[in-house]
Amino acid sequence: MRLLHAFALLLVLCLPAFAVNPDEVLADPALEARARELSAELRCLVCQNQSIDDSDADLARDLRVIVRERLVAGDSDAEVKDHIVSRYGEFVLLRPVIAPHTLFLWAAGPIILAAGLIGLWLAARRQPPEPRSLTREEEAAIEALQSGYDQVEGSKSSGRNETP
Amino acid sequence: MTIELGHFALILAFAIASVSTLGGYLFWRRGERVALFLQQGAVLQFVLVAAAFAALIQAFVVSDFSLALAANNSHSLKPLVFKISGVWGNHEGSMVLWVLILVAFGAMVAAFGKNLPQSLLSLVLATQSLLTAAFSGFTLFTSNPFERVSPAPLEGADLNPVLQDIGLAIHPPLLYTGYVGFSVCFSFAVAALVSGRIDAAWARWVRPWTTLAWLFLTLGIAMGSYWAYYELGWGGWWFWDPVENASFMPWLAGTALLHSAIVMEKRNALKIWTIFLAIITFSLSLLGTFMVRSGILTSVHTFASDPTRGLVILSILAVLIGGAFALFALRAPALRAGGLFAPVSREGALILNNLFLATALGAVLVGTLYPLLLDALAGMTISVGAPFFNLTFSILMAPLLVVLPFGPLLAWKRADIVAVAQRLIAAGALAIFLAALISALGGVSVSMAPIGLLLGFWVAFGALAELIERSRLGRLPLIESARRLAGLPRSAWATALGHFGLGVTVLGIVATTAWESELVTTLNPGEAARLAGYTIAFERFEEVPGPNYSAERGTFRVTGESDATRILSPERRIYAASGMPTTEAAIETYGFSQLYLQLGEPVDGTHVVRAWFKPYVTLIWIGALLMALAGAVSLTDRRLRIGAPARRAAATEPVR
Repeated sequence: MRLLHAFALLLVLCLPAFAVNPDEVLADPALEARARELSAELRCLVCQNQSIDDSDADLARDLRVIVRERLVAGDSDAEVKDHIVSRYGEFVLLRPVIAPHTLFLWAAGPIILAAGLIGLWLAARRQPPEPRSLTREEEAAIEALQSGYDQVEGSKSSGRNETP
Repeated sequence: MTIELGHFALILAFAIASVSTLGGYLFWRRGERVALFLQQGAVLQFVLVAAAFAALIQAFVVSDFSLALAANNSHSLKPLVFKISGVWGNHEGSMVLWVLILVAFGAMVAAFGKNLPQSLLSLVLATQSLLTAAFSGFTLFTSNPFERVSPAPLEGADLNPVLQDIGLAIHPPLLYTGYVGFSVCFSFAVAALVSGRIDAAWARWVRPWTTLAWLFLTLGIAMGSYWAYYELGWGGWWFWDPVENASFMPWLAGTALLHSAIVMEKRNALKIWTIFLAIITFSLSLLGTFMVRSGILTSVHTFASDPTRGLVILSILAVLIGGAFALFALRAPALRAGGLFAPVSREGALILNNLFLATALGAVLVGTLYPLLLDALAGMTISVGAPFFNLTFSILMAPLLVVLPFGPLLAWKRADIVAVAQRLIAAGALAIFLAALISALGGVSVSMAPIGLLLGFWVAFGALAELIERSRLGRLPLIESARRLAGLPRSAWATALGHFGLGVTVLGIVATTAWESELVTTLNPGEAARLAGYTIAFERFEEVPGPNYSAERGTFRVTGESDATRILSPERRIYAASGMPTTEAAIETYGFSQLYLQLGEPVDGTHVVRAWFKPYVTLIWIGALLMALAGAVSLTDRRLRIGAPARRAAATEPVR
C-alpha cells in the first residue's frame, strides 16, 4: 500500500517531509503547540490525504502561516478553523464537522454495534433452551430422522465414489 | 524472444484456467479424474505464470528497453535488487505478481488437498481457476506487460525514486501474498455453498489457509508501515490513508475469520457467519487491490489513469463478489445452527471478538467511502482523515482489549467468569501498577495515555497469564511447570503469543504518541542541538555520488547520557533520470526507542535539521512480528503436522 502512496506522491509532487520550518515557529510555546494541533487537523488541499503539518507544499506553508497569524491575533481554535473553512471549504477539515450530512458517518460505528448486538440477541432467543432429558416421543423422532439421514448419506457417498 | 515466450506462457495459463473453470463447475461431481485434471491444471498454471514472471525479470535485469515496461520503469544503472523489484513497481508488472501468487496458492491447494473430498477439492480448484482466468485475462487484455517499443530507447526512464528502496522488494510480495491467500478461503466458501457440505471439517481445512494469509498480511502491513516510517521522512507510521485502510480492512475481517473458524471447527457453530466472513475478507482484499487502481478512490492514484481499465476491473469485481453473495443468499438459509452454548463461554467470547472487529471494520469502511458517496449523492466534498479514524477506532478497540484476556481462559459451552477473573487478578494488578508508574514518571502529555498503557499491559500480561495458568507455575515445582509449558499444544502458544504481540503493539503506539519529543532548528556544521537527553552535533556536510543519484549528506555525532557516541548520516538525494529529490532520514535505535534525524533543505546557507525522539516506537512493529510469528507457530500445530487424523476425523464428522 505504501507503493501506491508513493505513486500518489509522484503525481502531485507533494514530497512529504515534515514541513514546519524554523522560521514559521511562533515564539510563544503555548501558541505554537495550539498551531501544531490545529495544523494536524487541516488538510493540505493539493496533496493526497496529508495535513498541512506534514506537507511541504507551498499551499500548506501558506495555510500554516495563516493559522499562526490568526492565533497571534487572538483567535480561538474554532475561529481559526472557521476562517480557513470560509476560505477553502469544508474539504479542508480532516475531522469532519458533526452536521446533518455527516451524521451517518459519525453514527456508523454505534449503529453497526447496535445492529450486531440486536442480531446476537435475536440469534440467542432463537437458540433452543438447554436440552432436558428427552421424552419418549422425541427419542422416536430422532430414531426416524437418523434412519432417513443414513439413507441420504449412503446414496451421497455412493455417488461420490462412483468411478466414471 | 524470451518476452514473447513469457507472453505466450501467460496466454496459455489463461486458457488452462478458463478450461479448468468450466470443467470444474460442470463436472465436479464426477470424482477422481476431474479432481486430478484440476490438480494438474493448477500446477501447470503456476509453472506457466512463473515462466511469464521470470521473462519479465530477465528483461529488467538485462535492461532490455525494447520492453515498454522496462523502458518506462527501469534504468541500466539501477542496483540489481531494484531492477528486480522494479518489475512490480508499476501496474502491469504488479498484476503479473498478483496472478503469480494466486496460482501459487492454487498449486498449493492442489498439492496439500489430497485429504479433501474430491468434489470439494474440484470446486475449490475450479473457483481458484475462475479467479486466475479473470485476473490473467484482465492483465492480458487491458494491461499487457509484454508490449514492445520500437525503436527501443537507449536508456530507461527509471523507477520513481521513492520506490527505489528495499521496501519495494519486500512489501508488495508480502502484502499480495496476504491478500491473495484469502482467495483460498473464498474458494472454499464458494465450494461449500455450491456443494452444500458445510461442517466442522470444512473449518478445519480452511483454518490453516486463513492463518497463512493472515500471517503474510500482518507482515505486509507492518512492513509497509515501517517503510512509510523511514522513507516518508517525518516518522509517521500510520496515516489512515484510503490506501492503508484498504489493506487494513481485509486484516480486520481476516482476524475475525481466524477466530470464528475456531468456533466452527471446535463446536460446529457460527457456520453461516464464518462463510460470510470468508467471502467478505477476500472481497475486501480485492477492493483493497483494485479500488485504488480503478480511479474511484481518490484521483491521485496513478495506477488507473485509464478509465476503461477501471471499468473492466470494477465489472470483474462486481461479478465475482456479487456472484458469491448471491450464492450465499441462496444457500445460507439452508444451513442449520450448530452446537449450543451459554453467553459466558469461549464461544461467547469469540463472538464478542467478531462483533467488535466487524464494527471496527464497518466504521473504517464507512469512513473511507463516505466522502465518495457524499460527493456522488449530494455533491458535497468533505475529508475524513486521521483525527476522525483515531477517535472512532480507538473507542471501538478499547472494549475489545478489555475483554480479550478473558477469552482464552473461558471454557467451551459454559464458563465460570468469576473463576477466570480471579486468575487474571495478578495480570490486572501488575498492569495497573506499571501504567500508573510510567504515567507518573513520564508526565502525561496526552490525557488518554495512562488508559492506553493500562490496556496494552493488560492484554500482554493477560496473554502470559494463560500460559502461567496452564503450566501451574508457582504451584508446582519449577521443573514440572517447565515440562508442562513445553508440553502445551502449539495452538495454546500461538494464542498467547498473538495476544501478547497485540499488547506490545498497543504499548508502542501509546508510548510513541504520548512521549515523542521533536526538534526543528537550523544548524550549521560545527553547531550542536539537544533533544531528549541526546546531543546532536553537526559534524560536516558533503556531496556524495550514488549509482543513479547524487546526494547531499550530513554527518552528525549523537551522544546520549549513557551511550557511546554514534554517527548518523541523513541524506537528500537527487535522482539523475527523473530529477526528483528524496530525503533519506537517519534512524538510530536505542533499546526499543529510536532517534530519527532528517536533513532539510538549506536556507540561506544554513541547514534545517529536524529530529525526533520516539520512545518505544519499535514495539509497534515488534508486536506485529510477534503476531505473525504466532500465526507461524499455529501452522506447526500437531493437528496440521500429522495429516492423517484430519482425514479420519473428516470422514466421521457428523453432518447436521
